[in-house]
Amino acid sequence: MTHGNEFELNRRTVMKLGVGVAAVAGAAVDLSPKVFAAETAPAKAPALGARLSRAEGPLKVTGQARYAIEQKLENLAYGVTVQSTRPAGRIVNIDTSAAKALPGVLDVYTAQNFLKLNKPTVYSKGGGATEEFTPIQDDVVRFNGMHIALVVAETFEQATEAATLLKVEYEDGDPVLDINDPKAIAQLIDPMGAARGDAATALANSEVKIDVTYTTSREYNVPMEPHACIASWENGKITVWEPSQWVGGARSVVSEWLGIDIENVRVISPYVGGGFGSKIGAHPHVGLACAASRKLGRPIKVSLTRPQTFTGLRGRPATRQTLSIGASKDGKISSIVHESWNETAIDDVHVEACNNVTKIMYATPNFSSRLNIVPVNTVQPGWKRGPGENPSAYALESAIDELAHALNMDPITLRLANWAEIDPSNGMKWTTRQLREAYAAGAEAIGWWSRTPAPCSMREGRELIGYGMAAGSYPMIRTASEARIVLHASGQIEVLSAGTDMGTGTYTILAQTAADALGVPVEAIAVRLGDTILPRSALAGGSQQANNLTGAVDKAAKNARDALLALAASDPKSPLAASKATDLTFENSSVRPTRRPSAGISIAELLKAVGKDKLEIEGNTFAPGATEEMKNGADRSFAQLKGAVEGGVSAHSWCAHFVEVRIDEDFGTIRVKRMVSAFDSGRIFNPKLAESQWISGMVMGLGQALLEEGYVDQRDGRTVNANFADYAVPVNADVPDIQVISVGIPDMQATALGGKGVGEIGVVGVAPAIGNAVFHATGKRIRSLPITLEKLA
Amino acid sequence: MRTFEYLRAEDAATAVVEAAKPETRFLAGGTTLLDLMKLNVERPARVVDITRLSGLDTIEVSADVIRIGALAKMSKVADHADIKEAAPALSESLWRAASAQLRNMASVGGNLMQRTRCTYFRDPGAYSNCNKRNPGSGCAALDGVNRNHAVLGTSGVCIAIYPGDFAVSLVAFDATVIVRGASERKIPVDEFFLLPGDTPHLEHQLSAGEMIVGIEIPRSAALERSHYLKVCDRESYEFAAASAAVGIELEADGKTIRDVRIAVGGLATKPWRLRVVENLLKGKTLDEATLRTAAAATVDGAKSSGHNAFKIELAPKSWHAP
Ligand SMILES: Cc1cc2nc3c(=O)[nH]c(=O)nc-3n(C[C@H](O)[C@H](O)[C@H](O)COP(=O)(O)OP(=O)(O)OC[C@H]3O[C@@H](n4cnc5c(N)ncnc54)[C@H](O)[C@@H]3O)c2cc1C
Ligand code: SF4
Repeated sequence: MTHGNEFELNRRTVMKLGVGVAAVAGAAVDLSPKVFAAETAPAKAPALGARLSRAEGPLKVTGQARYAIEQKLENLAYGVTVQSTRPAGRIVNIDTSAAKALPGVLDVYTAQNFLKLNKPTVYSKGGGATEEFTPIQDDVVRFNGMHIALVVAETFEQATEAATLLKVEYEDGDPVLDINDPKAIAQLIDPMGAARGDAATALANSEVKIDVTYTTSREYNVPMEPHACIASWENGKITVWEPSQWVGGARSVVSEWLGIDIENVRVISPYVGGGFGSKIGAHPHVGLACAASRKLGRPIKVSLTRPQTFTGLRGRPATRQTLSIGASKDGKISSIVHESWNETAIDDVHVEACNNVTKIMYATPNFSSRLNIVPVNTVQPGWKRGPGENPSAYALESAIDELAHALNMDPITLRLANWAEIDPSNGMKWTTRQLREAYAAGAEAIGWWSRTPAPCSMREGRELIGYGMAAGSYPMIRTASEARIVLHASGQIEVLSAGTDMGTGTYTILAQTAADALGVPVEAIAVRLGDTILPRSALAGGSQQANNLTGAVDKAAKNARDALLALAASDPKSPLAASKATDLTFENSSVRPTRRPSAGISIAELLKAVGKDKLEIEGNTFAPGATEEMKNGADRSFAQLKGAVEGGVSAHSWCAHFVEVRIDEDFGTIRVKRMVSAFDSGRIFNPKLAESQWISGMVMGLGQALLEEGYVDQRDGRTVNANFADYAVPVNADVPDIQVISVGIPDMQATALGGKGVGEIGVVGVAPAIGNAVFHATGKRIRSLPITLEKLA
Repeated sequence: MRTFEYLRAEDAATAVVEAAKPETRFLAGGTTLLDLMKLNVERPARVVDITRLSGLDTIEVSADVIRIGALAKMSKVADHADIKEAAPALSESLWRAASAQLRNMASVGGNLMQRTRCTYFRDPGAYSNCNKRNPGSGCAALDGVNRNHAVLGTSGVCIAIYPGDFAVSLVAFDATVIVRGASERKIPVDEFFLLPGDTPHLEHQLSAGEMIVGIEIPRSAALERSHYLKVCDRESYEFAAASAAVGIELEADGKTIRDVRIAVGGLATKPWRLRVVENLLKGKTLDEATLRTAAAATVDGAKSSGHNAFKIELAPKSWHAP
């Protein structure tokens, strides 16, 4: 990152922070005091804003962080799911006799010998589930790759072998295979459309028109840690170790599946090996694990294989968008007419909000947008980084580039000519919108103004060179959350939240937040996350968690300071008992009389003096008077989620991406040579972690642009490249020199501490920037992703 | 996974005897075999681990021949200084293959024996119709997703690509495979691999129990001036969309082609030597026009199955694009 508040903590401090945090974060809470024996901090700069490495990093790279299925449980049995090989119809019979005859096999569950799972409530209806589908409850085949059985055995190998021995008899139905299937029937999602002015007429009357269709393929989140869990039923209660972006949601879904009180469900997820949206919901295999554990009275581990993850849950659906833009010859956009279609499961609804960027990015008086879903025989699609915004920006920002070319205008100049002073979709003011700064910084860093604008005009040997750019946005959503701080007489301080850290840095920034608010070195703080027994938190998704939780921790820390002052003034055993709380000050982790700086005592000394071994203080960001029901709603559903226009202002993160591509003119192979992106994510809590998020989003965008595509067999709907050799994601060699620039300023209207979303914005707009660069290099406009070499032939 | 018996062979003679028993496979680096066992494509009853056999991992470059032991790791061969000098295409075809981790595990013997990546072949749970796995059952790929299937050397019963890179460079430079069974024999590598014809389940010349012990490549001027080029969507760690091993020797005039070797990969059911093209080029002047004319012959007889039509366009370019 090129500017921002940077300073280096020495390496040892960082390592210590890691060990400290992790010791608490691990399943067994070992608060051994030596780990926390604080050293004087090397610098007295604020911790928030510092470039700290991930606190739990050392544990992960040394293999000590225990992921969900690495828990060691007594008497563990192994469940392996079997997936359908037909896309539609019924299962007439599953012969399990050969499987059951194998040594070690405990049982085989199918629709004929079934484990009851109640339908969970999906998030759109107030629950925590991402799909209503529950496997093996009936004989209907909904898609190829659907779980149709669970084989449970003493060992994984036995279960795997037994799973191959089921004899499944199908009665074929008539499938709708994908979004292009002529049998597919689209359904309009009217409430999610948008309209202002008279878009059709304005388009018809405009001087210059762009009328294009853009498509994206099925994409998969493919986190390194596959979807895999352990469920353990004991005496009417269940504990589930599940890699989760949202333990509260998973908890409510498990209670619904099993029909048990939510108090009897605990979900634990201290470490998550990536999710990118796919671990927000607990997916159906988790239900099978839970129900089987209850049935057998043993802990059960169910790990989807990599191929099974492609149909055990889904990533981004295939999309199609039509976009018409009308403009005057001098580049003023007068109308945008947009319509989108995305695949969804035949009996579940997933809407990809493909107009989220389209409707706010440019000032046009006339606008209309309609969203449609296309039910097909597929596993329910889900969220993949930048859901909605990502395809939205792809079509819009590609079409804007087409318009720039048609007008013979520079793409940045065209964007600035249509700058939206206010949110055009609702007339509200922006909170902050540093997008002009992003254009300027990105253009400068990549050398935009020295490109020759004509397509095919730049080359080096047999390589065609192309420069492209595109912008993006991501809405600032927020949910009130809780946090707890535990001050120990030993001097250690714990910060607790049910929120999870999927590698994004939650452990680290919460320690930074608490350290600043309590005036202690960051290594004195131990953070514990990812467990439903901890204070309630919304999901780690939609780029909201960092702001939700830093806000809650900051509140808890303020409450802790007040509690310490009150304790010091009121407890007869306190050395400061003679003072009034209002005459005391909290500073640098000690309480002192405001007028006598030298008479301070540390938190630990105070606690020892009053005979307490710890003090627990809660804090939250709920409005005063929030009920328990509201707090549970925030933890288990989207009921308390506040959108981008909360408070009558419009809050979004913004970005501008710039790329240089090199294309081999003989082979059509595209290599991205450089990427430079500038982001407005408001205040940055930890530049190193924010940069990692942005960069990883950009790499994901590169994969989307050039490589990633689920292939569907047109006879039976099977995903035939459901593995890492055939579903290509970028490898290191594909990832170019990447520069990220922060242009944000603290946005106090957006969030408590001034941050905006970081995690999702990185991917939004990357694919159109690359597509636009391909056009610049070759003069060929490829309107479908990914841009593989045969498309350039 | 089926339960199997594991034997670690201490000497080559025992390995060969053990491996001749029914349903037995050699295990070298395991990067193909274990994958296929997990996929239920390979279900051996017995596995003979040959990785401890001594003397089979040597690399020797003498004045007229290069000898590589079957157990030499891909990474070792690729990095070998003499090989890089005497046979750049061999080295390049190895380091452009797979990933660093795989190359550190995998042996060159196992590499020759790697099996097709045809996705239908690798998915027995869903597709029983695969003539290679299950002779006579049909071919799911013919009307399926066949973007990465062969356009050369196909038959009506199988269009699976031979996916390896190394064998392509071996075929270009007339290597022989040294095989040990009851006795030792040498097989020219071009003959070692079989066309699918009506019997796609037969892929090579080895009979039960026969083990590859080494590879011999005669040195030549063309080999010294050689290159392996691989075209893929992804920069690394992907099987070839098209590839070529090319070696060239010029006359003293510096422009007339005395000797040229070309073989292509990622296109055919076996490593594909382009002798016709070589003959069109020999004795000609090396210039772009000559190359383009000859290149057209690369895809003589090529047949598209649909998604893979682009390979026919790409193939000639894979070796003539300077
Ligand atoms: C994800 C992935 C990507 C890959 N990408 C590429 C690529 O881009 N290019 C490429 O060329 N390859 C690629 N490969 C294939 C890889 O190179 C082979 O798997 C490897 O070379 C096999 O060697 P091995 O020693 O591990 O063989 P093994 O798996 O041990 O054996 C493979 C087969 O050969 C038999 N065998 C082994 N040794 C002998 C012997 N001495 N005599 C007779 N039979 C023997 C075994 O019985 C088995 O049937 C890739 C593999 C993977 C998994
Ligand atoms: S191409 Fe060959 S390997 Fe693939 S399905 Fe057909 S017969 Fe089997």
